[in-house]
Amino acid sequence: MKQAIRKTANNYKQALPIMLSMLLLVNLLNPMLEMYYPKVFSGNFVIDPLIGAILGSISFGMPIISYIIGGELLRIGISLLAVTAFILTWTTVGVAMLPLEAKFLGKRFAIVRNLLNFVFSILIAILTVFLLSYV
Amino acid sequence: MFKYLKNQPFRIKFLVFVIVLYLIAMVLDFDYTLEAFVNTFVLFVKIIPILIFVFVLNFLVNQYLKIETIKKHIGEKNKFLQYFYAALFGIFISGAPYLLYPMLGDLKRKGVRDDFIAVMLFNRNVKIPFIPVMIYYFGLAYTVIISILIIAFSVLNGLLVSILVVEKNRN
Repeated sequence: MKQAIRKTANNYKQALPIMLSMLLLVNLLNPMLEMYYPKVFSGNFVIDPLIGAILGSISFGMPIISYIIGGELLRIGISLLAVTAFILTWTTVGVAMLPLEAKFLGKRFAIVRNLLNFVFSILIAILTVFLLSYV
Repeated sequence: MFKYLKNQPFRIKFLVFVIVLYLIAMVLDFDYTLEAFVNTFVLFVKIIPILIFVFVLNFLVNQYLKIETIKKHIGEKNKFLQYFYAALFGIFISGAPYLLYPMLGDLKRKGVRDDFIAVMLFNRNVKIPFIPVMIYYFGLAYTVIISILIIAFSVLNGLLVSILVVEKNRN
């Protein structure tokens, strides 16, 4: 039981500084950037998830952080397409972690997996929003 | 100070960077920066109950689900079952990538295939303890749809990795 508590607490210890930093950053930059959101995130089924996927790929951390940041981005007017691609690539594409992944799992595996996950994240974002419109 | 920071993990360096950014912004526009800080604080207080709830769920998963149980099924002969267990492994496993990759590298050396690892890593997006948070922010329908799509696409991911990576390795 102690081990489970320690493991969970350790996960939080790793996640909280990143979560807090990202929320501080979003709230600091948002008022300056919000006037550009409608131009950049126009609801385009290719551009929106592509931007979201790129931003998610260069970020990393526990999935819960991406949900909280994603929820906040959605609230300030970023499209669901972009936010969905963002939260998907946050966990499955790791540009910063690529050297580490290549070291342990092989260079070709790391490149192929990250590229596939990037493309699939965009496809899943499009499909999710498309299917959601029928619910 | 710089020497101390140099030895800190990325998460701490990033937090310090954001604090410095706030200090600079405060000099430039105090009211604007204060509002940003208060907004973050309000948001953080709002999510504390969610974080506590997730902590409890996370603890329960760590306490009662042993990864060894799933590891036993890695050698499954049926490819569909292999992917099924890889998906389960990915859903229930927790930990930062830099902790996971050495463990996965070890599994690979013991004979676990690339496609199995790819399926597993894609399913890291479906985390049972975090599902309530996703429902809170995006709704139940969204959570159900995206979770099903992630699991379905993870199988496709595994199949493509088995063609693009495994075949090349054989050559």
